[in-house]
Order: sequence, then structure tokens, then C-alpha cells
Amino acid sequence: MTVEVRLTANLQRLAGGQRAVQVEAHTVGELLERLDHMYPGFKSSVLDNGQLHRFVNIFLNDEDIRFLQQLETPLKDGDVVSILPALAGGQSGP
Amino acid sequence: MNVYIPTPFRKLAGNQAYVQAEGQTVQEVLEHLARRYPGLATMVFDQDRRIQAHINIYLNSQEIHSLQGPDTPVRDGDEVAVIPALAGGQVLTPEQVMRYSRHIIMPQVGPVGQRKLMAARVLVVGAGGLGGPAALYLALAGVGTIGIVDFDVVDLSNLQRQVLHQNDDVGKPKTQSAKETLLAYNPDVNVVLHEAPLTSDNAMDIIPQYDIVINGADNFTTRYLVNDACYFARKPLVDAAILMFDAQLTVFVPGQGCYRCLFPSPPPPGAVPNCAEAGVLGALTGVIGSLQAIEAMKLILGIGEPMAGRLLLYDALSGEFRVVKVRRDPKCPLCGDDPTITELIDYEGFCGAPFPGRDEA
Repeated sequence: MTVEVRLTANLQRLAGGQRAVQVEAHTVGELLERLDHMYPGFKSSVLDNGQLHRFVNIFLNDEDIRFLQQLETPLKDGDVVSILPALAGGQSGP
Repeated sequence: MNVYIPTPFRKLAGNQAYVQAEGQTVQEVLEHLARRYPGLATMVFDQDRRIQAHINIYLNSQEIHSLQGPDTPVRDGDEVAVIPALAGGQVLTPEQVMRYSRHIIMPQVGPVGQRKLMAARVLVVGAGGLGGPAALYLALAGVGTIGIVDFDVVDLSNLQRQVLHQNDDVGKPKTQSAKETLLAYNPDVNVVLHEAPLTSDNAMDIIPQYDIVINGADNFTTRYLVNDACYFARKPLVDAAILMFDAQLTVFVPGQGCYRCLFPSPPPPGAVPNCAEAGVLGALTGVIGSLQAIEAMKLILGIGEPMAGRLLLYDALSGEFRVVKVRRDPKCPLCGDDPTITELIDYEGFCGAPFPGRDEA
């Protein structure tokens, strides 16, 4: 199953500046393992003790995986997975 | 020349906002118009072919009685507007009718919608990158009361993106600079300043005074506070955030999900950089702040589909807008089925970061 992973803002830094990466995986959890293999340390910025950080959302196409099968959510060819941390910006930072 | 036909009369003129008419004077133009559209004739003229007393005629934005009345000469390219006094409620002044004419001519707004905008009260949290364009377009649209919360002073590094502030404003309180800019654009609006950091102590005094809140805060502590306070005050929250080339925008309507449903807890301090640390494309703030103004105006006018339940993702580098679903989380501690947060909490403790400005002199 080849899916496209879209990375937001600061997560791109962990992936060598890539905004979108093609990854082969059967589930979201496996996809994160693959990303961690490609970009060591990636997993720890998204997972905490095997659970998704509560300030990071992963969307499979337009659906939040928390409302699907979380990390066990199955993937199919052509899916788009977005990994989205909370952003705070708006005003200037002091 | 073009003659502007207001919404109430438009069905008498083939449903056109502008019609062509000819003549040497305003009277002749209107007579020509009346021959083509007999229904309009009875609205504009009395039995003696005099312009009805409750109809004002404008030539290029000037009421004709301040010129030469119906005998005012006209030239090619002039614009004549036929403006009736509106029945019911607050009447738009001739200047307001002209100023907001491009909104009023749209049936989704009309004079009634314009009066809704003029009666609306919108709070903008942060007079910076997002709050600036949001407040600017609300002011241009004639949103009657615009509240601005900010504690900061204008810094040179703000000017790459913050459209309310100009070079000479460096060092000035952002609230003051914002007010001057907004009133310079449109003296018809009322700008209310709240010059202090928004905290648990003042949020429930300020937010309930408004109909809608636009969030342009630059930190998680304020974001969770604004979310919770809007939920308790039952106010829709137009929320957006930006970083580098990416942006997120949604609308939280109380009872249909909140920021905590989307992001149950903030990142540990330092885990997600802010704009000062990672940067932000200046024009991105203009795109997203303008979208916030649009969402607020849709809510005020009751038109279209608000972004409630949907999160807009904009990636400026790929040029793509995408929309994903936001759901109310039944386990949400604030708006879930069994809430544990029933009043404002200690947000500095919750986020592990102080409200900005609080520890500053």
C-alpha cells in the first residue's frame, strides 16, 4: 500500500525538509515505524509511549484517525495521510 | 451612463444592479429610465414627475440637492444612484449606502444584512498577523463594534506582515495603532480597546460583550483560554493558526466541538516552535486573517456554510487548500458528555507557559 504522507511546518524539518513523502505501509502505526526508519527520531515527535501525542492529529484523507481505528487504521493505495501538530502562531512572538 | 438600482427596486428594473440610461441632466436620465421601466417610474416620480421626497438621488456619491437638484448636468461616465429611505429599524445614511454599496447590491447581504453587520460586535484577540487583516476587513465592511485585545507594542519585526501598523507606529501600543488605522479606513465603526493580556481574570468580563471572537493569539496558553471562555460564554470562535508556510483555520460553534476536541492538550513548551522562532510568510497572515473575517461575516449574515466541523489546511508552498473533518469528542473535558472543566482553569499551569506580557513590565 503506497500512501502519501503530508507533513506540516516543523515536522518537515525531521524529514529533511520534505513536505510530502511516499510510504508503503498497511496501517497508520506501521507507517510511523517506516517514517522513523527513514528519519530517525520521527516517531518520538508524534508518539508518546506508543500513543499519539495529544497535540498531534493524524488525518487519513479527511478523517481524524482517533475516530477510526487509531494507529491500527488500515491504509489503502492512494490514501493521503496528514500529520498535523497544533500551531499557535498569529501575532508576533514577544 | 450607469444608474445604480438598489435591491428593493431591482425587480422593477430587470433584476439588474446597474442599468444604462441617457440624458443631459439627472432629471432627463431618470425620465429615460422611467420610460424603460414603468414600474420604477411610479417609485421614483410623483404624479407631477417630481422626484419623490423619500428618494435620494446621488451623482457620483454626491446628493443632487447639494449640486443643482434635478437639473444637475451629467456627463458620460457619471454614475447616478437611486437610494430610497429604508423602512424599519435603523436607516442607512446616504453615505453608508454608497460606502457599502458593493455589499448591499448582493442579495445575500442587502440593506438588511448591512444593518446586521453594523449591529454586530466582534472581538479580535491579538492585533498582529492574523488579527490585523481580520479586523481590517471587518472595519471596511462596517462591522459596528470591533474589540481588540492586545498588550504588546509595535516592533520593527512586526512590519513584515502586520498590516495595521506602519513604520511610524514602532514603539506604540498595538491597540492604539490598530484603532488609528481602522478609523482612518472607516470612521463609521466603533473600535473598543482592551489593552491587557487576556487572562482567566478578565476573559469572562471581555468575551461576553461580543457576538463572535476571532482568535489570532500567538501562544497555546491564550488559545486554550479563549477556547474555554468562548464555550462558557456560548460564543462562536473563528480560530486560525499559522507557522512558516502552513495554516489551519476552523470555526468552533459551542456544542459542535472545540479546540480541545481537536488538540486535547498543548505541546510541551518548545516542542512546536512559534513564528518568532520558526518564521512565517507575511502574506500568509493576510490570506488566513482575511478568511477569518469572511467566516465572521458569514456568521453575522447567516449565509453560506460556516467552517464549523471542518478544518481548513493551507499549504502555501504547494498552493493547496484541503479540508478535513473536526468532530466533537464525547470525551472532551470541556464540551464532552461528562465535562470535568466547568470554569476557567489555570492555563499557565496547564500549558506550562505564562500568558505573554504578564511577566513584562
